[in-house]
Amino acid sequence: MTTAALVTDAATVARRNLIKIKRVPDLLVFTTLQPIMFVLLFGYVFGSLAPQDPQGYREFMMAGIFAQTIIFGATITGSGMAEDMQKGVIDRFRTLPMHPGSVLAGRTVSDLMNNVIVLVVMSLTGLVIGWRIREGVLHAAVAFGLMLLFAYAFSWVMAFVGLKVRAPEIVNNAAFIVIFPLTFVANTFVPAENMPAVLKTIAGWNPVSTITHAARENFGNLFALPGRPGQSQAARLSEIEYTWALRHAEIYTLGWIVLLLAIFVPLSTAAYKKAVAR
Amino acid sequence: MEVPLSVVLAKIVCVSEAVRAEGLVKHYKEVKAIDGVSLSVPEGTVLGVLGPNGAGKTTTVRVLTTLIAPDAGRATVAGHDVVKEPDAVRSLIGVSGQYAAVDEYLTGYENLEMIGRLYHLKAAQAKARARELLAEFRLDDAADRPAKTYSGGMRRRLDLAGALVARPPVIFLDEPTTGLDPRSRGDMWEVIAGLVREGTSLLLTTQYLEEADRLADNIVVVDRGLVIAEGTADQLKDQVGGARLAVTVADTARLGEARGLLESIGSGASEVDEHTRTVTVPVSGGTESLLAAVRRLDEHQITVQDIGIRRPTLDDAFLSLTGHKAEETTEDDPAQDREREAQNA
Repeated sequence: MTTAALVTDAATVARRNLIKIKRVPDLLVFTTLQPIMFVLLFGYVFGSLAPQDPQGYREFMMAGIFAQTIIFGATITGSGMAEDMQKGVIDRFRTLPMHPGSVLAGRTVSDLMNNVIVLVVMSLTGLVIGWRIREGVLHAAVAFGLMLLFAYAFSWVMAFVGLKVRAPEIVNNAAFIVIFPLTFVANTFVPAENMPAVLKTIAGWNPVSTITHAARENFGNLFALPGRPGQSQAARLSEIEYTWALRHAEIYTLGWIVLLLAIFVPLSTAAYKKAVAR
Repeated sequence: MEVPLSVVLAKIVCVSEAVRAEGLVKHYKEVKAIDGVSLSVPEGTVLGVLGPNGAGKTTTVRVLTTLIAPDAGRATVAGHDVVKEPDAVRSLIGVSGQYAAVDEYLTGYENLEMIGRLYHLKAAQAKARARELLAEFRLDDAADRPAKTYSGGMRRRLDLAGALVARPPVIFLDEPTTGLDPRSRGDMWEVIAGLVREGTSLLLTTQYLEEADRLADNIVVVDRGLVIAEGTADQLKDQVGGARLAVTVADTARLGEARGLLESIGSGASEVDEHTRTVTVPVSGGTESLLAAVRRLDEHQITVQDIGIRRPTLDDAFLSLTGHKAEETTEDDPAQDREREAQNA
């Protein structure tokens, strides 16, 4: 099977998945309403912890919410694959002369597009509550690109889980139990440098922290709280970049993206080739 | 151009057999799903794979349609090995499953158009073929409605249409009518009979003897992962004990006399039902026996109310081959319960 077949077949599958978003608009409403709610809740509730500068916190928090939301967004790859297995759609696909990678490629691409829509909605909400891109459009594009790439790689992890677990509800519940702590033991919502030692170390090497930190650098929203009087910018930076991973956030995140894809693209493809309903 | 004889012969052998399976085995942890299934579908014919739930029908179809690899044995579709050349096999087959694998968020049209694209038809071709099939399967009114809104019968028809998109020469239908009400089943039979007339090679699994009897040229009976009998419907019925001659006389008083005459024609012990005034006796001669009986009874001036050769039904055949009825299930299956209710209604 040729690469051309992979591209056209994947496009056909992606189009099919996107039609579902059109037919079940509740799905999109829910996936976009939730991030809007998070932006508003976290921004105003947690923002009140920093009474001197609530606006600074709101800007700081945006990258964290972006990261958390798109990672959760990537989990629908898992439930989507599980649902297609359960309904016998994968059986049908597997008896067609399609490229064996195309169902997974189509699924992960359409879920990526779903994530793009969610990012746009959240960014607009952020802009309304005062979040600003302060380092220029190019840097912002790098930030969004890195987040979407990570979400895309994570989709392949979830695809594997979905193919192995086979029950959409279980995939969702299991994902929640793993991903919620993963996105909280990080610098997403509060500065990680003040956490207890163990959590601080985990947060320092957690890729969710580094995606968030890389995004903040590129957006120019690095600090949650104002600096202490007389503290230099360099000193403030070294305080929040307390691990190698955080100091090299972009490279470290890219490393994770490559690693996840290198492991889970072949694993998921192999699982797909053997997948049969029930 | 000279072509070696062996190649010519090989071609003839390949072409003449749409599906061939030899000793297929597939075991799951404790379950022997299939335990040595061999079968053959000559090109342009219909093979009915008949058996109860859990007999191994679906596993057999999954091996033949490249979905699972067998633990042992080999199978070819149109001469291509299902394990070694799955892509070649996939481009030659159409498959319609036990439960309709339609995408319920897509409309009927979108479902078929998508499948056309995945068979690598050109865009215009895929569109035209989708419309054509929707009309053929009387789904044109519902063509642009999401499949979610379809009835069970409509979904099955759409699923079957999906199997035909690329006009594949070999089609697999896994229990195409299980769970359908009698009317939808009748509709499906018509559609399938139409395919058969067009010369498609078809492998059809079913747990309904009537279905196999109506649609299949040849039947293999599977039970507990094994082929336990094969042949045409008639051959299977003959295997149960062949034809019986049944005579109903007008006058009860002559019943004993008739019995004596018929036993001299028949090939075994007779049965007498005084209530219906009927004598039944196994015969081996078919119509000859019938004519002989008419002549003898007439010679003795015994008035006959009804006379005929009774052939055993496939139900009789299945019962005698397996020791249990075809539609008995080994485990509880709600779909089947619904099915029986629908049949009884």
